Amino acid sequence: MLSIKNLHAKIEDNQILNGLNLEVKAGEVHAIMGPNGSGKSTLASVLAGREEFEVTEGTVDYLGKNLLELAPEERAREGVFLAFQYPVEIPGVSTINFMKTAVNQVREGRGQAPLDAVSFLSLMKEKMKLVEIDQSLLNRSLNEGFSGGEKKRNEIFQMAMLEPKLAILDETDSGLDIDALRIVANGVNKLRDKNKAIIVVTHYQRLLEYIVPDFVHVLYKGKIVKSGTKDLALELEAKGYDWIKDEVAVV
Amino acid sequence: MSTLTETTPLLADILASIKPGAGLRADALATLEQLGLPGSKSEEYKFTPITRVLEKNFSFSDGNHETNISNIGKFLIPDLEGNILVFINGIFSEELSTYNHEELHIKPIDGKEKGFASLADFKSDALVAWNTAAWTSGVSLDVSANTEVHKPVILHYINDTTHSAAKSFTRNIIRLGKSSKLTVVEKQDTIGTHAGFSNVVTEGFIESNAELHLYSIQADGGKRFHFGQTTIWQDRNSRVNTFTLTLDGKLIRNNLQLILDGEGCESHMNGLYILQGDTLADNHTVVDHRKPNANSNELYKGVIDGNAKGVFNGKIYVRPDAQKTNAFQSNRNILLSDKATVNTKPQLEIWADDVKCSHGCTTGQLDEEAMFYLQARGISKVTARAMMLYAFAGEVLNTVDSGPLRNYFDSMISERLHKNF
Amino acid sequence: MSKDNQVLEELTSKEYEHGWTSNIEMESAPKGLNEDIVRFISAKKNEPEWLLEWRLKAYRHWLTMKEPTWPNVSYPKINYQDVIYYAAPKQKAKVNSLDEVDPELLKTFEKLGISLTEQKRLTGIAVDAVLDSVSVATTFKEKLGELGIIFCSFSEAVKEHPELIKKYLGSVVPMNDNYFAALNSAVFSDGSFCYIPKGVRCPMELSTYFRINAANTGQFERTLIVADEGSYVSYLEGCTAPQRDENQLHAAVVEIYAMKNAQVKYSTVQNWYPGDKEGKGGIYNFVTKRALCFGDHSKVSWTQVETGSSITWKYPSCVLKGDYSSGEFYSVAVTNNYQQADTGTKMIHIGKNTKSRIVSKGISAGHSQNSYRGQVHIMKRAEGARNFSQCDSLLMGDKCGAHTFPYIDVENNSAKVEHEATTSKIGEDQIFYCLQRGIDEESAVALIVNGYAKEVLNQLPMEFAVEAQKLLALTLEGSVG
Repeated sequence: MLSIKNLHAKIEDNQILNGLNLEVKAGEVHAIMGPNGSGKSTLASVLAGREEFEVTEGTVDYLGKNLLELAPEERAREGVFLAFQYPVEIPGVSTINFMKTAVNQVREGRGQAPLDAVSFLSLMKEKMKLVEIDQSLLNRSLNEGFSGGEKKRNEIFQMAMLEPKLAILDETDSGLDIDALRIVANGVNKLRDKNKAIIVVTHYQRLLEYIVPDFVHVLYKGKIVKSGTKDLALELEAKGYDWIKDEVAVV
Repeated sequence: MSTLTETTPLLADILASIKPGAGLRADALATLEQLGLPGSKSEEYKFTPITRVLEKNFSFSDGNHETNISNIGKFLIPDLEGNILVFINGIFSEELSTYNHEELHIKPIDGKEKGFASLADFKSDALVAWNTAAWTSGVSLDVSANTEVHKPVILHYINDTTHSAAKSFTRNIIRLGKSSKLTVVEKQDTIGTHAGFSNVVTEGFIESNAELHLYSIQADGGKRFHFGQTTIWQDRNSRVNTFTLTLDGKLIRNNLQLILDGEGCESHMNGLYILQGDTLADNHTVVDHRKPNANSNELYKGVIDGNAKGVFNGKIYVRPDAQKTNAFQSNRNILLSDKATVNTKPQLEIWADDVKCSHGCTTGQLDEEAMFYLQARGISKVTARAMMLYAFAGEVLNTVDSGPLRNYFDSMISERLHKNF
Repeated sequence: MSKDNQVLEELTSKEYEHGWTSNIEMESAPKGLNEDIVRFISAKKNEPEWLLEWRLKAYRHWLTMKEPTWPNVSYPKINYQDVIYYAAPKQKAKVNSLDEVDPELLKTFEKLGISLTEQKRLTGIAVDAVLDSVSVATTFKEKLGELGIIFCSFSEAVKEHPELIKKYLGSVVPMNDNYFAALNSAVFSDGSFCYIPKGVRCPMELSTYFRINAANTGQFERTLIVADEGSYVSYLEGCTAPQRDENQLHAAVVEIYAMKNAQVKYSTVQNWYPGDKEGKGGIYNFVTKRALCFGDHSKVSWTQVETGSSITWKYPSCVLKGDYSSGEFYSVAVTNNYQQADTGTKMIHIGKNTKSRIVSKGISAGHSQNSYRGQVHIMKRAEGARNFSQCDSLLMGDKCGAHTFPYIDVENNSAKVEHEATTSKIGEDQIFYCLQRGIDEESAVALIVNGYAKEVLNQLPMEFAVEAQKLLALTLEGSVG
């Protein structure tokens, strides 16, 4: 589904990704771990099409298309979903109105007819249960005054609504207490199926207890330096990142 | 009198156009002659070259062409029932107006009203002096104590420029008795393609516990040049809400002044200007806190596109007696094009210590982070932009009570912002 | 409340501590201003012909100008013919070392806490001391000379480095810039000059100390700082004056020229005599300070703590011409009794991606009037310009005024400009909180005011920050409730 080859990216004059390779197939869950500043969030941003990042080398193939050529909204319509590490507050734009616009523009992009108000509301009701999100929250301005947990649940709610093929969760666990973490993880797990792939970007192993990955990759200095199964995550949890750094240094 | 002011051809033309009057009119005429029209060095008109544009577009001694308008249906506000008073080229039109005296006293202004010319200071502003010397028509609205007027008063200022440039000079006075309530809507429109100038001065006296809502709609697609001075005096515990919407016009200058002269007053001044083309909109506001325990809140927002220019000047005075004042002011602007400009000057002048006052102003663009967020959810750039602009404007729009007016504003703003979601 | 007022009274009644005069033999020009006086000053300083011409041009231009009336201050009309434009301590024509300086003079500066004897100085600060019209001593010259840094009196620079003076004098503040700058250009008597060569980081703070001593004398000094490519300097300026019943005029000019990648930090603690409790006497402080960030990535930062003068008219500004250049203005202005201050800054964004930051804290007490006046102008070409301004005013007592006049002009749509201003009094709840913790009211006020001004005080070099904090506490001692 996703094939990243030799990806180099920079922001302003800082080179952040230095030849990253990654293959993700439908149905798989990949975890990307790594110390702070290793390029995890940059990878998520580049895949979603944030303009500040400049890709200097490499290719990203997504379902046979050159992902890097697409505008952010086109990627979304093709089924790429980024759950933001810091969801943006947009005063004056209600979450419902926002979601309705997004759903219908994504549907339009997929050649589907727009949902009428009734179908939209019933779809919304259904998905709300998934992340235990309250209607009153959705009546408010997008993310404005939401708690950390509410923002992250709102991200997963949107993911459910937009039914992506490839979901990238950028540090979705940061700032969540254990209850909120479980709710968010349950939401994600319910959305897992053989046609979808998920990339979980995280610093800690904690989230991976709930969203169990098929593969774990360690990102360091803009490259994947080690890959393994979920045991690798446990090892990282126990030993920290220093041994990886040492290993890389030796090589 | 003053050797500093030379009589320019424009001033001579204006002076020649005014019929000599007696008393106040004569006094105002002399003041106008002495002050002259504001030049480019004038601090109050620094960014608004009103004298230059008048020179270019008008000959005042020519007077207005005959007018024969029989239908103003397309200018009416949909679904809004009210007392409709129509002025064509500054002259009250009895036949186009529909009103009754059920709830308030409406009569043509004659200049003998109590307090006339006591608020709008013609000694310091030449354009107010001009109006005071030259006004041709206007209305006196008088609400008795303890009366809530349910139907708004809607003032239509229409310039008929079919045959030649039109000039109108209107003068209003509003008096709200104790514990009364009134809504006034002003709207500008033009018929014809020649230039039109309007100079409207309105004075309001709001007695204790009374409540005035004043809406001003400036969406005149014609070649409108406008000067307006609205000065409202507030007594104890009175409440004034104003909303000024500016979408079109060539040059629009609004002077709005609230004098909070009683304890416990409350004032809300709101404004929204969404400009394009070569429109210049200049809002000069003054909130003058003279007595203790009063609150004022001001919010003006602007979206400026094309070659348009937004000017905002907001003064807040807190006089030595006005302890426990809360005064807030905010001016926010978004520049959409590389030729759009904004000049803003918020001012606080405070002589009382136990107060909470603040102002803030920003000029910038749409939040890029928010734009990306919307796009990452599959929303197109154009839609995302419209959503963001509508949300930006929405903060001001939300201050309008619901009903036909709110819907009307909403439809105009949506159309302007190409909102189609 | 009455107790608060009492404390306030006590605080605001604090006397000016630098009000003494010293007995130094002086040589002055006759009162008044005309071309002969300009020639007299120029001749006294053995100036080259071109400089005399420059002065005369400025003088002639000044005659055509009007004193500005737009500042929010009022004072009786100044009789410019009643001022002495040149006064200098009588001493040998050329001082070769500090040993030759009049001991009375050294004492004067000792008394101000400014020791001109190098070994007694806090290491790390070089001082140029200016008494009335002339520079009396400059310390650490040799040490700085080793790095190629020129730091000397203006008169000396005219003689020793005429090419630099000729090139940069008036390059940032033209002689006809404004009424007071023109006056200064005609009659300036001395001041400091500083040049930091390419790539040199000045290892110590450079400092000028100004003292007006003689009666009826105006002080018109001129400071010129040229920072060559990639250099850095931190510059301090202090000032005091004796207590006299008449008002005295101070019209200075400071010019800073910053080239590519250069950084200049200019700090002022202004403590001119503010007049007495009834508003009698005090310095009229009309100062033009401007920096030209000429080169790309250059940076100039102004920090000022204004506690003195009866009238202050001062707007340290930055013209941000180089791309990515940046300007900062940090100010605390305290006014008490009948002081009036109209001060602020101008940030003129011309280059691309230029940045500016303004933090102004005004504190008014007594019958004083304190105004912030500032302009942020983003010019058409200033793609990506950024400005943030925060202007706060604190009122102590109900007889003073605080005023904010920001002018914001944006002509480029990629600019981001934010301005915020608040006016309030010291929070009663804050004072109560301190009291409840056992802090007396006077200390509580000092604590809160210092906290309020912290963001600005933090910008000052260490020694200066301490002095400034003390000064704040003194000016307002016991001040509020």
